[in-house]
Amino acid sequence: MIRDITIGQYYPANSVIHKLDPRTKLVGTILFILSLFLFKSFAAYAVATLFLAGVIWASRVPFKFMVKGLKAVMILLMITVLFNLFVIPGTPIFHIWKLTVTVEGVKTAVFMAIRLVYLIIGSSVMTLTTTPNELTDGMEKGLRPLNKIHVPVHEVAMMMSIALRFIPILLEETDKIMKAQMARGADFESGGIIQKAKSMVPLLVPLFISAFRRANDLAMAMEARGYHGGEGRTKMRPLQYHRQDRIAYLTMIGYLCVMYAAKRIVGI
Amino acid sequence: MSMKIEHLNYIYGQGTAYEKKALKDINLEIPNGQFIGIIGHTGSGKSTLIQHLNGLIKATGGVIYDNGRNIYEEGYSMKDLRSRVGLVFQYPEYQLFETDVLADVCFGPKNLGLSREEAEARAYAALKQVGLKEKHYKKSPFELSGGQKRRVAIAGILAMEPEVLILDEPTAGLDPRGRDDILDQIAKLHKERGITVILVSHSMEDVAKYVERIIVMDEGSVRFDGAPREVFEHYRELESIGLAAPQVTYLMQELKKKGMDVDVTATTVEEAKQSILECMRA
Repeated sequence: MIRDITIGQYYPANSVIHKLDPRTKLVGTILFILSLFLFKSFAAYAVATLFLAGVIWASRVPFKFMVKGLKAVMILLMITVLFNLFVIPGTPIFHIWKLTVTVEGVKTAVFMAIRLVYLIIGSSVMTLTTTPNELTDGMEKGLRPLNKIHVPVHEVAMMMSIALRFIPILLEETDKIMKAQMARGADFESGGIIQKAKSMVPLLVPLFISAFRRANDLAMAMEARGYHGGEGRTKMRPLQYHRQDRIAYLTMIGYLCVMYAAKRIVGI
Repeated sequence: MSMKIEHLNYIYGQGTAYEKKALKDINLEIPNGQFIGIIGHTGSGKSTLIQHLNGLIKATGGVIYDNGRNIYEEGYSMKDLRSRVGLVFQYPEYQLFETDVLADVCFGPKNLGLSREEAEARAYAALKQVGLKEKHYKKSPFELSGGQKRRVAIAGILAMEPEVLILDEPTAGLDPRGRDDILDQIAKLHKERGITVILVSHSMEDVAKYVERIIVMDEGSVRFDGAPREVFEHYRELESIGLAAPQVTYLMQELKKKGMDVDVTATTVEEAKQSILECMRA
């Protein structure tokens, strides 16, 4: 049901990756994705595969959870691969009807597929090993320099964590209102599109009202406890880099060097 | 209508890591026209149980019979069941959505397929029954006070004219006067229409005053089931599961200890008063 929708599906485990500072994981993920786009060669992708496999193994998250994220983009992946396969001009291999498959097309399609799959698995590793709150904390601290050019970093991070915090609450609320209206004979399943959209009104109106009410209450409660924005605010658990983070950064740099070398030396 | 529950089991999140047994082997018979109180601590399974009675939750095991017919059998209409078993959820005012009070109360009857006129006639009757003044009928439900909103929401269920009315904590968050008003009106309804009423509450005082039968739930099972005076005799056990007997029970027990020959099974202040007076006269 609606409960199956999860954003930032955290998988609790006690691993090296889980213990890393969220900033390290954010930067690492970004570097990993960049490396996929910068070093376009099979040798480099072989290195990326090894690296990714190593990280997944170290994270102790079952592999099937990583693949879950892939299901959602399967169609997108198919379309991309097919387009690349048929549209790119070059040395033809064979023809199907009016379409021509070329060597270059196959190569690009395979690259594209690898890149997309690794991109999603790579970011899944991050969301699976980091709680949403850690993630926003990491972003807030990592982006703090932007404060100098008047970007409200703290406020944005606070909004994000509140939004994430409210997802399960609103899902539960939806479930409750749905049941209450079903008890009054509402039917959310049958009928055409217009009928279905109309039947959503008894669900959406109370849901919106309740969301506003909750937001109001929360704002009041925060102000009552002296919240006044990010200025001078301290953290209960300040983020700090540890030894494992230094090792992680060094590993990342090492990985990037090997990627570069693989592309330059092997060259395919 | 009479209902019968046999070996009902319900497990939350079956097959996941968060599996939790919410109901364990519930067996109950609910004859026509009874006024029943279901009490239990938070998380005892009382809300889960009542949602089974109108088919909003499907049991993971066991059967519910509606006039002898299994509600889980093929071809049984849940919509029909829901029209005959009215369920008023906790804080029902949060489900109001229409532009005016009357239209909101009409939502249920209209879903039953009644015409506009019929639905409105029923809505008027229901609003009258819950004691809402006519000047409010054309107002937006969001302009009303908390107690008035609650009445509108209850009227929304009453307008469907259910044979069984279930109310989940209908007095939660109301002031003492609002609480008494609503409970008195429910009692009146039970008397006038002769429908079955199931009142879910954690307040013994509320329940003791009105109901003829009490079902005590604890950790997903039925702990006691009987007339109030029978159930309150177990006041020590009730305390151990986080509930309490009405205050008069404690008073009467104390008086008895002090040597007065009073009736310890009195459940309401009125009964207790009679018993004490008799005792003093003797």
